[in-house]
Amino acid sequence: MKIEKLAKDLLLINGKIIDPHKRKTFDGDVWLKNGKIAGVGDVNTPKNAEKIDCSGKVITHGFCDLHVHFREPGREDKETLKTGSRAALAGGFTRVCVMPNTHPPLDTPESINFIREKAQECPIHIHPIGAVTKSQGGNDITEMGLMHREGAVAFSDDGIPIQDGAMMRIALEYSTLMNVPVINHAEDECLRADGVMNEGIVSNHLGFPGNPDFAESIMVHRDLELAKFTGARLHVPHVSSAKAVQHIREMKRINEKVTAEVTPHHLYFNDEALRSFDTCLKVAPPIRTEQDRKALLEAIKDGTIDCIATDHAPHTIEDKETTFDLASFGMIGLESCFGIVCKVLIVNEKVISLEELIRLLTVNPRNIMGFEADLFQIGAPAEIAILNPETDWVFTSNHLQSRSVNSPYFGENLTGKVEMTISCNYIAIN
Amino acid sequence: MLQQKHLLGLEGYPSEDIQSIIDTAFNFREVLDRPIKKVPSLQGVTIVNLFFENSTRTRISFELAQKRLSADTVNFASSSSSLKKGESFKDTAQNIEAMKIDATVMRHPTPGAPQHLTEFIDAVVINAGDGTHEHPTQAILDMMSLYEKFGKLKGLKVGILGDISHSRVALSNIYGLITMGVEVTLCGPPNLIPPFIRNLGVNVNYNVDEVIEWADALNVLRIQRERMGLGLVPSIREYRAMFGITQERLNHHKKEIVIMHPGPMNRGVEIDGSVADSDQAIILDQVLNGVASRMAILYLLCGGKSSEKEKP
Repeated sequence: MKIEKLAKDLLLINGKIIDPHKRKTFDGDVWLKNGKIAGVGDVNTPKNAEKIDCSGKVITHGFCDLHVHFREPGREDKETLKTGSRAALAGGFTRVCVMPNTHPPLDTPESINFIREKAQECPIHIHPIGAVTKSQGGNDITEMGLMHREGAVAFSDDGIPIQDGAMMRIALEYSTLMNVPVINHAEDECLRADGVMNEGIVSNHLGFPGNPDFAESIMVHRDLELAKFTGARLHVPHVSSAKAVQHIREMKRINEKVTAEVTPHHLYFNDEALRSFDTCLKVAPPIRTEQDRKALLEAIKDGTIDCIATDHAPHTIEDKETTFDLASFGMIGLESCFGIVCKVLIVNEKVISLEELIRLLTVNPRNIMGFEADLFQIGAPAEIAILNPETDWVFTSNHLQSRSVNSPYFGENLTGKVEMTISCNYIAIN
Repeated sequence: MLQQKHLLGLEGYPSEDIQSIIDTAFNFREVLDRPIKKVPSLQGVTIVNLFFENSTRTRISFELAQKRLSADTVNFASSSSSLKKGESFKDTAQNIEAMKIDATVMRHPTPGAPQHLTEFIDAVVINAGDGTHEHPTQAILDMMSLYEKFGKLKGLKVGILGDISHSRVALSNIYGLITMGVEVTLCGPPNLIPPFIRNLGVNVNYNVDEVIEWADALNVLRIQRERMGLGLVPSIREYRAMFGITQERLNHHKKEIVIMHPGPMNRGVEIDGSVADSDQAIILDQVLNGVASRMAILYLLCGGKSSEKEKP
């Protein structure tokens, strides 16, 4: 991948333009002047503009990921805001929200400010999510108001579930001051115990301690009830089980403030894949059964799940090249995301159309966080992804831009490729 | 001679290979009854015993099997290893392989660790127990002992009693016995029998007396005292009353049943001392068969590399 400064006048010509905000698909050009949208569709072509031929390709909004770990500050050996930005660009993402489980965690206005300042130097838009409780300790709420003023767009103790229901209630109540989402990694720690994979037939076969689906669904149910009672905005991250899907579906009928995301890996794999003992498949919440995976597909189809988020979680080789019990939880996912979801949702399972898939990666996540979602309006700073949804390709480590390599997808045949990404006055070409 | 290079577990292991291990093991049983209990079958073969978890009986059994076959052996226990110094599993494995060894026998607390090891080294890997996953050599010696007692495996009825959830012996026995056409019933406290285990083709019956009536043989597992504190078993006397194989319980049944135990036993908890020492118990035969079947496994997996290929 190479990253170049954007030309002063740039024309993306002969593309198929998909505007997920206006829900329109049409052939035409996109004109960017000084990094901003100057025309979309029938463009009055300026003579000496630089041109990029996009015939056979799709021009659409840059993707937005609500759930990434860029490990800064503290674990820059795994990822930094800069290397994470490159991984994002390789995957078509122009905007991400970074989780606060750093060292130290993002639990003060100062640490939120640190991310905002550092993010200025990066070629994508990076928004910090603040911790709900001090030191992610689950006991005292953080200075949410001040953190929000510094740029925190949501609150989460990511990775560490808020066990105490009263604490979760307080956090939700307080968050209504700012009207931003609270995101709780929903797993009952007592029920999860020392489970390293989904509890089921496969965990019984392999002899691993299991993490049952109701460890997730019980806490999701609690959070949904509390959100309804408090009137706060609840965003359920990385939904993994059919039971949690069912709770969310029911609550969404009476509470429009609830939103939910799913990861590409929970859509792509089922727990049979764990038979390989590949530590890259050790994730939290765990990859569940085929029945759960089908329920996630159904939830995408009927809108129970609002968006796709990668939960990009970089780890060192040493963290992963070990025995399964000692390996860290998480996989990276920005670079492979589009190829995976395109293959699963469009080619293999025919769940949704390309237009609908793009909404799950663009308009929907932006709406959840209150980011500008009408990106093709004149004057909007360019955030664009140029895709070829029909390209078949084999994913290898050469496609990674992340500092870490903990991906389970090496050697997988994917469909749908990000060709170019335009963001913050840069163009990244894969 | 066997279809798979390694012996990692009995899940999916071919029945004809299990049978040929058992047949070969009976040949080695004869060797163990000779005045000089040693054959040159694995002369020049180097085997490392990698024990990342405490073991007495399995390690001695393997070591003895190796010595009886004239193999050169090295022992490595994690307490004396460099793992404590922060060396990774991968480095330890590769270092040992770099010393030109032919086979490794590994015990490790994590499921899948032996399979993980095969990714780093070329030597033959034999699983001597990986966490709560498999303990294939134990299951093979158990099957050999059943075969010795009944002259067949197919059609037998075997009960496995105890903490199934945390037992690699149970899981390997289930895979092996089912493959060999044995009917298996699991028995124990409901919270120590995994909810999805019926999927493996076994019966579950929480009533130990019904299982005794039904079974030809009962494999009694050690109930780990560590489990007591976790609230999984209320108390020793409760366990003994509900599931213990006591003399009194057996006296109630008119039929004679073969009693097995993989050891080490908690006399007075899961099994009475008098039952363990009785004629219906084949516990010490299991120990002897353990050496013979491990000799057979080592011979069949490592014999190809030796210059001495003749049968014992």
